[in-house]
Order: sequence, then structure tokens, then C-alpha cells
Amino acid sequence: MTTLVSHTFWMTNRRLKVLVKQPAFVLILLVQPAIWLFLFGNLFRRVVELPHFGAASYLDYLVPGVVVMTAVSSNMWAGMGMLEEIERGTMNRLLTTPVARSAIMNAAVVEQALSTTVQVVAIILLGLVAGAEYPGGPAGLTVLTLAAILLGTIFSALSNTIGMLARQRETIIGINSMLLLPLTFLSSAFMAETLMPEWMRTVAAANPVNWALDAARAAMSTDPDGETVLIRGGWLLAAAVAMLLLSTRTFRAYQKSV
Amino acid sequence: MTDAVTAHNLGKSYPGGVRALDGLSLTVRAGEVFGLLGPNGAGKSTTVKILTTLARPDSGTATVAGHDVLRHPDRVRRAIGVVAQRSGLDPMASGRDNLALQGRLFGVRGRALRSRVDDLLERFDLTGAAGRVVRGWSGGMQRRLDVAMALVHRPEVLFLDEPTTGLDPEVRGAMWAEIGRLATEESMAILLTTHYLDEADRLAARLAIVDGGRIVAEGTPAELKGELRGDAVHLELAKAADEPRARQAIGTVTRLREVSFDGRLVSARADDGAAAVPAALAALESAGVGVATVTVARPSLDDVYLRHAGRRFAA
Ligand SMILES: Nc1ncnc2c1ncn2[C@@H]1O[C@H](COP(=O)(O)OP(=O)(O)OP(=O)(O)O)[C@@H](O)[C@H]1O
Ligand SMILES: [Mg+2]
Repeated sequence: MTTLVSHTFWMTNRRLKVLVKQPAFVLILLVQPAIWLFLFGNLFRRVVELPHFGAASYLDYLVPGVVVMTAVSSNMWAGMGMLEEIERGTMNRLLTTPVARSAIMNAAVVEQALSTTVQVVAIILLGLVAGAEYPGGPAGLTVLTLAAILLGTIFSALSNTIGMLARQRETIIGINSMLLLPLTFLSSAFMAETLMPEWMRTVAAANPVNWALDAARAAMSTDPDGETVLIRGGWLLAAAVAMLLLSTRTFRAYQKSV
Repeated sequence: MTDAVTAHNLGKSYPGGVRALDGLSLTVRAGEVFGLLGPNGAGKSTTVKILTTLARPDSGTATVAGHDVLRHPDRVRRAIGVVAQRSGLDPMASGRDNLALQGRLFGVRGRALRSRVDDLLERFDLTGAAGRVVRGWSGGMQRRLDVAMALVHRPEVLFLDEPTTGLDPEVRGAMWAEIGRLATEESMAILLTTHYLDEADRLAARLAIVDGGRIVAEGTPAELKGELRGDAVHLELAKAADEPRARQAIGTVTRLREVSFDGRLVSARADDGAAAVPAALAALESAGVGVATVTVARPSLDDVYLRHAGRRFAA
């Protein structure tokens, strides 16, 4: 167990050192959610006036929406990093050392979690500057961040799994462009669930993006609902752990094809 | 002492139906340098990948440093150093960081790690570049770092898959000296694959020729050369188009045996090379076939290779 932790630490350290050498990439990570916040904030400003929308300020409503969309859209590219490791030969070198296989996957996910956290904090601050209010206070914002990290973990581990199995960039690109918008719009990210058609609400109930939003909105409201936070958070955690385990299993398939 | 590497009847097919290994067996004894020679696609790298726990064989068994590669891959990994055919360096990290991380993954840390890293950088003449990102290094420097990385934890068994391909003659000489030193002074067992016959001849105590996924010849360089009787005669035809006529003409020269054609190159053996050459030249001349060069030589590994792999060795 201690070697797993230390290996995960050193493998994460290795990736972060590369990340900080790419300031342009870090900048893009921050600019993208700012654009979404601005676009959606202006485009949908008046939907709160619809009957039964249930929120007073669209900006307040939008912040968790942009947070989850960002978490999904950045993490779903994680598999590209795996492909790069394979192409560079670093993956094969690591696999002949005693490094724990799960440490390789954990490190990829932890790196993503750290950049997700930076993005979430940036969105929260931007929202604040634009005049958003967070009645749930620091506790609500913490739940929002954790939900984004867990949601991100589900999608980065999924993306790593696809990368290891398909071994093609095109597959990741195809799946991502197919998934991002439906996942986002089949949730309460930008539109209140009360205003969705019945079938959409059913689908949204099975959508992890919506679990993250339910947890976050429940924690961020004036009257936080701890039970919803725990239940939805539990689902997210279970799905994240399951995806992480699945992604580690792909090393067996890789061993056959290498 | 237990053997450093044993492989028994290894078989492996890749998706798509390529049969990379087809019943390959070999033994590397403790403390010996064992050379694996063979043409492109023979299965050398596949063998190394299986022995280093990277790939799984479809059939067969193997042990490295006494541990079964399938049942105890973790134990094998702790005992081996690997230089793959394709470099596995982190291009965005410095040479020193590459080495240090590799050491940490093997549990080397603190002062011991620092001194080991300095030591290896010094030994492979990389101290000057150590702080720079590896991406900007020359191919030769990267290859030296690959080897240094494989040594950071003082492995028992070292796998070198074409360690000197692409190195200039001077660096290759230094690498040979280092490999020889590891074998003699640190009594490391080394499995080396190579395309260079002189390299195998010089470094390997024993060697095996692989072709089509199995071992076709095995022994000490002297034993393998001894299997060949007489001198090697090599002729190079002036024109490739002459080959059919040359075949016919050479066929009448009784002093030549084991004749083989490979494009313009004709190789054969003769008990007395000096007497066979005039006869061969006369036969070719009367058939109207021009000859560009003729050589007569004592048997070399090149000839061993030709005989077993069925084609001339072209590195
Ligand atoms: N990952 C892979 N997927 C599919 N086929 C493969 C793979 N790796 C090797 N092969 C095939 O298996 C056979 C043996 O390849 P291998 O790399 O072991 O040869 P080699 O002796 O190392 O050749 P070289 O001297 O060119 O390095 C080849 O036909 C090769 O095309
Ligand atoms: Mg090879």
C-alpha cells in the first residue's frame, strides 16, 4: 500500500513537471470555461423568467453547470496522454519496472483532478466577479469542487480505458464529440429539470453529470440538503472507483497486443 | 548457480495472425553475455518483451533470475534492467530527472540515489548535459541514457535490445567496453540482441541465431564457425541480370559447395578457396558473366548467419 502511494506520488510528480512546462496549455484550461461562462450567461440570461424555472439569477444557476461541463470536457481527453506514453515508449519502459500498474492510472487521474480543481476555482472566482452569489458558502463550494473531481475521474478513467484498448486518437476524438453535448444537455447544467420533457428527465437520472449537479446544487442552495449530497456523491464515488479499476484492468489487454 | 534466463518453447502470435515466436527455447547462464542474432522480424524483440514481462506468451514457460515470468512478474521486474529497442525516455524531463525517477521506482532513494545517478552520468559521459531536457539530446546521448537507466538499481540480469544501433563507431566502442565491464566486473548476466555480427563475436560468450520465431543455431562463436568446413568464397556479379547464367556456370564448378545466390552476391564454400576461385572465374568467363569482386575468407559469423538464416546478413 505504501509503495502504491509513493509510486502514485512520483508518477504524478513526473506528469506535473511536464504540465508546468506548458504554460500555453494551462492558459487554455482557464480561458475555455471563462468563454462558456460568458456565452451561456448572456445567451440564456432570461430563461429564469420562464415559469417553474426555480432560480432567481441565471448566473448563480450557471456556475455549477459550467463547472461540470468543464470537468467532463477536460477530463475526457486524458486518454490522449496514455496514447502519447505508449507512442513515446515510456509506457513500455514503466511496465518493465516494479511500478504498480494502478499507480500509472492513478497518476493520470490525479493530474487531471488537480487541473480540474484549478479550473473550478477559476470559474467560482469569475462567477463572483460577474456578480454570482453562493448562498451555500464555502461548504457548498467544496461539494461543488469534489463533485467535479469525482465526475472528472469517471471520464478521465473512461478515456484512459478507451485509449489503452483502441490505441487510436480518432476513437477518442469520435467518442468525445459524440458524448459531450448530450451528456451536458441531458442534465440540469443549463436548463432546470422541471422544464425538461418527461423522457429527458428519466435519462438525466442515469447521467453522472446530473448526479454531480444534484449534489452541487443541493449543497450550494440557501437551504442545503445533506442527504442528496451524500446519495449523489456516493454514486459518483462508486462510479469513479469502478472506472478506475476498469482502466487498470486494461493493462492485461495491452500485454497481449504489445 | 541457477541460470539467469531460461525460455522453453515460447510461442506468440499477434492479432492479425503474425506468428512472432514459434517454439523458441534458450538458456542464458549466470554471469554470461548471450547474443541473439537474426534478421528483421525474426522475433528477437518479442522474446525480450516476454522475458521482461511486458508481453505475455501464448504458450511456453520462462524464468528470469529464477522467477517465473508469468507467475511472479513483480519479482522478475525487480531483478532486471531493460534497454528496449525503442528508447523509453521522458523527452520532457532532464537526464538527471529521468535517472532519478527510474531509481525511485526501484526503491532507491536519498543519498544512495544521488550518488548512483552522479556515478552513472559520469560513467556514460553525460554529466555535462544532465540538467538539460532529453528531447534536445543527440540520438547517441539518448541511447547512453537508456542504458544508464537500466542500471540504476544494479540489476541481476540485463536485457539489451539492439543497444548500439545508430551509434557512431567511437561511441559504440565505448559501449562495448562498458558492456564487457558489466559482465566481467559486476558479473551481470546479459541478453543482447544485435544486428552487428562483429558485436556478437566480440561480446557474446554464446549466441543463438533466430529466424522465423525459433532458434536455428546456438553455441559459442567458435563452435558455430567450426561447424562450417573450409573457406568462404564470395563473388559479386557485375550485373544482376546475369544471375541465371551465373547459376548454370557455377553449378559446373565441383570445388564449390553450398552455393547460394542473393541478388548479385554469390556465396559458396570450398576446401581450398585459393584453388576454387580460378575455376569459378573461368567458368563464369566462358559463360560471358562479368565479375566485380571476389573474396576468399576463413569462416566468419557472417557465414554462420548465412547458412542458418538462409540469407546474407545486411545490417
Ligand atoms: N505489437 C505488434 N503487433 C503486431 N505484430 C507485431 C508486433 N510486434 C511484433 N510484431 C510482428 O512479430 C514479428 C517479430 O517481431 P520482432 O519485433 O520480435 O522482430 P525482431 O527480430 O526484433 O526484428 P528487428 O530486427 O526488426 O527488430 C514481426 O513479424 C513483427 O511484424
Ligand atoms: Mg527488434
